[in-house]
Amino acid sequence: MAQVKLRDIRKSYGKVEVIKGVDIDVDDGEFVVFVGPSGCGKSTLLRMIAGLEDITAGTLEIDGIRMNDLEPSKRGIAMVFQSYAIFPHMTVRENVAFGLTINKAGKAEKAEKVAEAARILQMEHLLDRRPSELSGGQRQRVAIGRAIVRDPKVFLFDEPLSNLDAALRMDMRMEIGKLHQDLGASMIYVTHDQVEAMTLADKIVVLKDGMVMQAGAPMELYHEPDNLFVAGFLGSPSMNFLEVTVDAVNADNVTVHNTALDPIDVPHKGRSFTVGQTATLGIRPQYLHPSDQASGKLHGKVILTERLGSETVIDVSLAEGAKLIAALAEDTILAPGTAAHFEFDPNQAHIFPETR
Amino acid sequence: MASKLTTSNRAGWGFALPGFGLLALFIVVPFFFAFFLSLTNQRLISPNPTEYVGLENYRDLLSISVLTIEPERDDAGIIIRDANGQPEYPRVRSFTRNNPDFPQYDGMREWFRWHSGDNAKVVVATDVVFWKSLRNTLMFVLVVAPVQGALALGLALLINQRLRGINIYRAIYFMPVVVSIVVVSLLWRFLYAEEGLLNNILQTLSFGMFEGRDWLGDPDTALGAIKAMSIWQAVGFHMVIWLSGLQTISPTLYEASSIEGASKWQTFRYVTWPGLRNTAVLVLIVITMQAFALFAQIDVMTNGGPLDSTTTVVFQAVERGYGKQDISGGSTISVILFLIVLSISLIQRYLTRER
Repeated sequence: MAQVKLRDIRKSYGKVEVIKGVDIDVDDGEFVVFVGPSGCGKSTLLRMIAGLEDITAGTLEIDGIRMNDLEPSKRGIAMVFQSYAIFPHMTVRENVAFGLTINKAGKAEKAEKVAEAARILQMEHLLDRRPSELSGGQRQRVAIGRAIVRDPKVFLFDEPLSNLDAALRMDMRMEIGKLHQDLGASMIYVTHDQVEAMTLADKIVVLKDGMVMQAGAPMELYHEPDNLFVAGFLGSPSMNFLEVTVDAVNADNVTVHNTALDPIDVPHKGRSFTVGQTATLGIRPQYLHPSDQASGKLHGKVILTERLGSETVIDVSLAEGAKLIAALAEDTILAPGTAAHFEFDPNQAHIFPETR
Repeated sequence: MASKLTTSNRAGWGFALPGFGLLALFIVVPFFFAFFLSLTNQRLISPNPTEYVGLENYRDLLSISVLTIEPERDDAGIIIRDANGQPEYPRVRSFTRNNPDFPQYDGMREWFRWHSGDNAKVVVATDVVFWKSLRNTLMFVLVVAPVQGALALGLALLINQRLRGINIYRAIYFMPVVVSIVVVSLLWRFLYAEEGLLNNILQTLSFGMFEGRDWLGDPDTALGAIKAMSIWQAVGFHMVIWLSGLQTISPTLYEASSIEGASKWQTFRYVTWPGLRNTAVLVLIVITMQAFALFAQIDVMTNGGPLDSTTTVVFQAVERGYGKQDISGGSTISVILFLIVLSISLIQRYLTRER
């Protein structure tokens, strides 16, 4: 168990800087998820913590000790790879015990630790099989077992569920969550899947282009995104963005409108706006409610209705080619081609000074 | 039976035909030719009609026995000894030439002998040169296969690194492979000559202590010299095969083992070598087969000499068939070589099978 501290971490390949000064704190026993689109540098960052990539500048500390130049094996970490990285010619038992074999541990110690890991992961019956006889989920379990046996201060997961099919992914996700509860160890988990991020994390770090966009608890990021990127990245279906004109700037809110949106006061949460500027209004599909023409704030035409059972997703076209998605309760049916009107609570909307 | 291979696949067969045809013409047909000729007394040019002789060629080639010769004794039964105190033995000829008591040794000659007590054990064979060629070939294979394979793996590990200019080294190591073996053999004949480069270097390095020797002219060193040259010549080829095997090993396996703290040797032992299994089988079988086919170096450098110390099975096959115009004899050797190589390959496949 340990704290991990990243201070102004940078990584360059030649002249190209891919990690541009990152500060992250991982507290003792915390589950931190790095999330972001592909190419945002999240895997590179994790590999720098593991010691598989050099750190160009900045400081990496684990438990208060500077780790920048230590070998991966000396950092007290264990890593689980997307491609499992289990050795195909060894049995599950040999794979799990690999680190102990390398360090010439005694037979009794090996047997005990392997049994312990197998018990935690419920894979006692798999120990004598070879990787080729295992399913994807079982292979990943072996890889996690190998990490557990190392008894690390920090677990690192590099997109561990990306190679699994959807159903299995959910099972393994829950298992990793449970593992974190059982072991109480610090974990850093990289994924591009926001569901994994939202469900597993104590703290989510959203990365883009090698920079931290926002870090915080999942619900904090979901309800109070700092910027357009975080607002659009988390949530499914993703947040609607409308280009609006600022009519008035008040003490707590701004009044905005556009051709499809009647003037409305939205809290600005300290962001500064000037009258007449173009801004972006964000509203999640779940917070839109159908209404009649008079009380509705948003006006458009239904293009498509998708009924998913638990909810109905409506594609709406607004004036000037803008589009809107509304996620409504399951019994709401709007026929394509008809006019649609929506109302929403301005407190659930976000206004950002930048435009996309 | 209608399968994908036979139905409406004229274009496929058309494309395969030139390859199949050439393979059949130059490999399959000659093989059956050799087999049938080995059962006759066919000569390259002969006025006599060809006759079927059954397995006589094989008998002539393979007959080998151990002859125990007692030392000569005087009338009192005392062993007669020479000036050095060594017992004297009757000449082998007296057993193998027109001796009605030993018809089974008729026509055989001595290959080598050892002593057991006062008796001499003499290995006699009808065709001593063939047995020598077989022994030389086996010695060649036994040294070249492991050494060349191991050296090639070492080179492959060295050049499988991301270094600036690594391709230059790859090219250098691979260069001898693209040079004709005949040219290489000619060049190395100069290196090995009495006034050649090798002796000069050794003399310089030893400050004149080393006298210099005729590497290819000495029965003790000739085969060794050819082994060294052959290893050097083809090591690059096998290096490339190893290299392709190395590059199929997933880099994450190396990362995983580095996180576990594996040393270089442990990484090789637990990650690299198991990952090279299939490559190792391939390299081993290919080297063994190539080594059994040793011919060009011998033909260019020593012609099998001195004292048959470098003659090989393939060299004997060619020498018999064309040199001595004994086509049936040459064919017999080819068939025997085929059987040896086939059985060794099968044994290797069995020993290295997937378990």
